[in-house]
Amino acid sequence: MTERASGVQADVFDVAVVGGGVVGCAAFREFTLAGARCVLLERNADLIDGASKGNSGLLHTGFDAKPGSLEARCVRDGYRTYLEVRERLNLPLMATGAILAAWTQEERERLPAIVARAQANHVTDVRQISREELRELEPGVSDAAVGGILAPGESIIDPWSAPFAYALQGVLNGGVVRRSTEVLGGRLVDGIWRLSTSKGSLGARVVINCAGNFGDLVEAIARPSPFTIRPRKGQFVIFDKSAFGLVRGILLPVPNERTKGVVVSRTAYGNLIVGPTAEDQEDRTKATVDRKQLMNLIAQGVRMVPALAGHQVTATYAGLRPATLETKDYVIEALPGQRWITASGIRSTGLTAALGIAKHLRGLYEENFETLAPLGDPVWPRVQNLSEGGPRRAFQAGRAEIVCHCEGVTRDDIEEALCEPLSARSLGGLKRRTRCMMGRCQGFYCSRRVLQIVGERIPDFTLPADSQDAAA
Amino acid sequence: MKEAVLIIGAGPAGLTAARCLHEAGVEQVEVLERNLEAGGLPQSCGHPGWGMMDLHRFMRGPSYARELVRRAAGVTISTGVTVTRLLPGGSVEVLDSGGLGTRSASAVLLTTGIRETPRPARLVSGTRPWGVTTTGAFQDMVYIGGMRPFKRPVIVGTEWVSFSALLTARHGGIRPVAMIEEASRITARRPADILARGLFGVPVLTRTRLTEILGTKRVEGVEIERDGKLSILDCDGVIFTGLFTPEATLVRTSHLALDEGTFGPAIDNHWRCSDPAYFAAGNVLRAVEHSGMAAAEGAAAARSVLRALRGDLPRPDEAVRVRTRGALAYAYPQRLCLGKEPIVLRARARVRLKGELRLTADDILLSRRRLEALPERRLTVKVDPAKLGGRNDLTLALE
Repeated sequence: MTERASGVQADVFDVAVVGGGVVGCAAFREFTLAGARCVLLERNADLIDGASKGNSGLLHTGFDAKPGSLEARCVRDGYRTYLEVRERLNLPLMATGAILAAWTQEERERLPAIVARAQANHVTDVRQISREELRELEPGVSDAAVGGILAPGESIIDPWSAPFAYALQGVLNGGVVRRSTEVLGGRLVDGIWRLSTSKGSLGARVVINCAGNFGDLVEAIARPSPFTIRPRKGQFVIFDKSAFGLVRGILLPVPNERTKGVVVSRTAYGNLIVGPTAEDQEDRTKATVDRKQLMNLIAQGVRMVPALAGHQVTATYAGLRPATLETKDYVIEALPGQRWITASGIRSTGLTAALGIAKHLRGLYEENFETLAPLGDPVWPRVQNLSEGGPRRAFQAGRAEIVCHCEGVTRDDIEEALCEPLSARSLGGLKRRTRCMMGRCQGFYCSRRVLQIVGERIPDFTLPADSQDAAA
Repeated sequence: MKEAVLIIGAGPAGLTAARCLHEAGVEQVEVLERNLEAGGLPQSCGHPGWGMMDLHRFMRGPSYARELVRRAAGVTISTGVTVTRLLPGGSVEVLDSGGLGTRSASAVLLTTGIRETPRPARLVSGTRPWGVTTTGAFQDMVYIGGMRPFKRPVIVGTEWVSFSALLTARHGGIRPVAMIEEASRITARRPADILARGLFGVPVLTRTRLTEILGTKRVEGVEIERDGKLSILDCDGVIFTGLFTPEATLVRTSHLALDEGTFGPAIDNHWRCSDPAYFAAGNVLRAVEHSGMAAAEGAAAARSVLRALRGDLPRPDEAVRVRTRGALAYAYPQRLCLGKEPIVLRARARVRLKGELRLTADDILLSRRRLEALPERRLTVKVDPAKLGGRNDLTLALE
């Protein structure tokens, strides 16, 4: 079941999913569990290395989505499905709820419309709250807040373990993952796609485009792309764990037409996060951070939560959301003649919606191509808990040496992440599987030890000459 | 003496304190060290420059660390043990290979040291490629790991530790392309810069700011600003040196008072934290002093711990507070229990400044001194309790 063993008989797959981000991983899982022979193709050395590595780690109810939109539907389904599967996959949930705060009278006047929209989205527990109630629920929020909305269902999850668990479940149930495999082109011949990739060619009866920031380029293999990806960069500041308690959950702004705005939130890893920015750009991979924007984010964070001022910054990062020029909704459709399904333009809600999108894709597949026979008794892997609240290996009796002290990562954690199936293939991949080097010292104490363990296990690990990223 | 003392951190301060307590007859001294080897940061610094002040020898870091461990013979040094929480009254929550537990002692001494400020906390712009590190990680990779993470890095900063990065690079066959410094002069004492240029052929660029890191997979260069002009410096790594900060995570997450100026625990002149069961010494108090001074503080704190075990320390609640004003980043001890002995306050300036350092008590001038202060240079002021009478607030100002 490893990538190498899949060789010969894997020549023609039922489904090829292009793109190993959260949507691709969820689709890969869905189709494998549905009984299809499925391959997941990822251009980077490791999964979850594009848009999906830089989100805010929130599980949205979809209360503020556009009613009736595909996004609203997939977010709702994704939210529900995550709650259904998370315990079996050992994925965390911090059901903190969110408060959407209004900072001006003008913003406060827009609150009733947001509550009405939540009702239209069937999120019925959302209600407006007074400034006094807001202060009672979130004592750390600035006095300048004039009122707000309570959204009890909004939650915090682990944005790395979730897609990894989806991919792992796919692999353990017979799916094939090929990394460092960029899809370069393809031809549909006698009902079978011949995809040419950077690692040779392969066949698939149906192709599913989950290529994120490369969605329109991959789409051009099937047709002139009707949509254009224009990546929207979001920068984030992660504060030290000492700031974790400054808010009790998630603090949202009143959204505008373009973005959800800057959020202050706890993270599953025990930090406090402020972000994202929203900056359109042409480049599909370059996610730079910018000092001015970071300082601006910190200032915004301090305005909302004044006590944040005394706390240290642990990390900064930027993610690229695959926004489309043509529409704000998801672009998900089947092209029956092309034996192709598109899942594109999935922005900040992708982490929440992924499992819902996957179900929707399967529906489109069965509607347009063939009915699938689900696996009778699929394997359910339990991934290592990375969240601060859940049990961590470092705290278990008989544990191995702690390598990363800031994040409590043991040698066993690192060695396991380097093992098949789905071993980490880059330093970034290793960090996202273990949290090593991601803490306040950013590798000051542990870089050498981590690299030594990696070197003992995998002599040809893509490091240091060819690693994807050294920071988060 | 039967009382138990726990020391958290087996670096120069902790090991020296442990030795002193043991020699003074405290039977139960245990040093808790989260790493597998005791010795602290000097272990990974393979070039000479250690031990001069406390051991009166000129040693390499690893030998110095080994010697400190050797001299602490008789003390229990428990490695691979992480302290996760400090509880009121001297109980600490520890994590060892048996899982989570608690230990209690009559006194707990915090000697958890320092770390450098890494790239993210400096809010540096650019991509996030491989090849961006701190001096500590760099030394550990080169001296202990035998690794060569890059060949032509740029060194950011000109503190003493920056020149240590230069020596480390030379040891590892790595040729730094430049050292850069935002200020108009280097932070370390001259002629370190002349040595850098002369011995190593590394240019030292002052009034220069790193504005952006470039490169996709690994560092391909940095953008620098000098005299308002931007240019690209070709390099394959970046070493962010210095800007040390106390490794005071345990304090931040505990009931102990943290000083917003030092970022370390607030202490009185007997090295006592706000909970009198806790003491602190060495670089966890503030960044940064050399290891010899950290060791000396460890010894001094050990003497205070001994007095505390004998019930011989003044009551902590009678202390007066020390405040800072003007261009001072901090001053410590933050609280003074006034007795007969003079007390030394240590302080640092935030910026380079020619001015007057004044100590006042309830607006009465006690001492004044004109000086030129430089950041990263220690300022000391002697407090004579006899002059204070019954006054309360002490203020140290640099203006």
